[in-house]
Amino acid sequence: MTTHARPAEALRIERLHKSFGSLQVLRGIDMAMDEHEVVCLIGASGSGKSTLLRCINLIEPIDSGRIVVAGEEITAEGVDVDRIRRRIGIVYQAFNLFPHMSVLANITLAPRKVLRTPRRDAEEQATELLDRFGLLNKRDDYPDRLSGGQQQRVAIVRALAMQPDILLLDEVTSALDPELIAEVLNVIRELANHGMTMVIATHEMGFARDIARRVAFLDAGRILEEGPPEQIFREPREPRTRQFLQRIIEAGRL
Amino acid sequence: MLDAGASGAGAIPPLAPRRSRLGIGGTGTKAILIAALSTVVFFGGLTLIVINAPGWAQVQRSFFNGEVFVESIPRIVRGFGTNVRLFLIAEVLILAWGLVLAVLRSTPGPVFFPVRVLATFYVDLFRALPGLLVIYVLGFGVPALQIEGVPNDRFFWAVVALTLLYSAYVSEVYRAGIESIHPSQMAAARSLGLTQLQSMRHVVVPQAIRRVIPPLLNDFIGLQKDTVLVSFIGVVEVFRAAQIESSARFNFTPFLVVALIFLVVTLPLARLTDMLVAREQRRRAAGFR
Repeated sequence: MTTHARPAEALRIERLHKSFGSLQVLRGIDMAMDEHEVVCLIGASGSGKSTLLRCINLIEPIDSGRIVVAGEEITAEGVDVDRIRRRIGIVYQAFNLFPHMSVLANITLAPRKVLRTPRRDAEEQATELLDRFGLLNKRDDYPDRLSGGQQQRVAIVRALAMQPDILLLDEVTSALDPELIAEVLNVIRELANHGMTMVIATHEMGFARDIARRVAFLDAGRILEEGPPEQIFREPREPRTRQFLQRIIEAGRL
Repeated sequence: MLDAGASGAGAIPPLAPRRSRLGIGGTGTKAILIAALSTVVFFGGLTLIVINAPGWAQVQRSFFNGEVFVESIPRIVRGFGTNVRLFLIAEVLILAWGLVLAVLRSTPGPVFFPVRVLATFYVDLFRALPGLLVIYVLGFGVPALQIEGVPNDRFFWAVVALTLLYSAYVSEVYRAGIESIHPSQMAAARSLGLTQLQSMRHVVVPQAIRRVIPPLLNDFIGLQKDTVLVSFIGVVEVFRAAQIESSARFNFTPFLVVALIFLVVTLPLARLTDMLVAREQRRRAAGFR
């Protein structure tokens, strides 16, 4: 064994295609990432970022191609999708908390019903997570009493409570008021520091530059260009990437 | 009006003040006085006209006979006990079976196609059939078959018939509720690893039921009234009891007793329904999803 053992592969996607009717949303996506890596997906609205994440979580059935998570092909025939989803957490732009449940119940539902964790253990674990992300005093509140930033942090905690191997974040700050974005980004930053494997679709270019090991630029359903953030943001090779970043800079978002 | 377009967004008229169902149509002491005076004049006048109309004496004797009223109460109230048992037992079964039907109809995937077809057919069938027909056929027809092990108790078949009929309506109410829950809730539950059924049970259905409690109460009121239909298969309930009292005394006042009983029982439920609807509207206005 060498001291420079290559980290295990967390996710590999091969020739992934996905259409909605006649609209081709993903047109041959290839990508791979290792454990503890953070990959940011950037690109214009409609470039396929969200669809890609939803495909990885098997919420959207794919048309063709393969998705392999930690060595297991999850798109194979006859795979138990519920078992796969347990290992892959996803957080949506619109939070999607369950409005009829307290914060605690939102977080403990899946561990209790899916993993069969005893209620007390699940609640203890949820309480620890809430404490870690500064939400302990919201434990017994209902989602409609929380600010957008707090709701989104709860949604992240809810996904973490399942102890996923990979966390997918789908434009988690896009629905937030500007002053609430930082608190959510800080949570993600902390997760990255703790080695969480994450795929992050985002419009926050500054954040992507800070946090990502690699940045992938999606354009019209393809990964047009990918590389370390310094390269993508400083010297993009593709004209489309340059164009996109130029528009972002003009909009004052970088 | 020429200046209508020019007045701009600032000229949006203020929202009309919220009124209760029986709003007096104004505010202030003067409005209240006018409302009170006009009410007295209107209903006083109406009463005078009715009482002085030719034939009022016969009507009073036949429909509003105090003596018959009091004497027929015990039997009618006992009869109503049967209706209460009937609608309480049936309502529990209806709520459960209706929910099963609704969930079956909402099950996605090609594998469950036959289940959806069957559930849909069931709902179409029992919404189409007249209630009396189903009650009659089940209450008389099935016991007449004299099949071993099939109960011939009329009350039993009355419960079965009402459950079959009303569960069709109730399942549609549930289904509307289920479909009103945004698909992102199901997606969120499924992506946490919950199965379709677990997501329904813990996430979608609890929210759906909260939304459809008013229409469910509405159907419950309908059920209460329809329990009198089972008198046709010989179950002695409130309507049959009133018929017995009525024919024994050649008087229609017992039916007035029945009418009052139903009014007393359903009115609080109707007001409760209104209250819940109003509360739901306030919640939605406050941004509660």
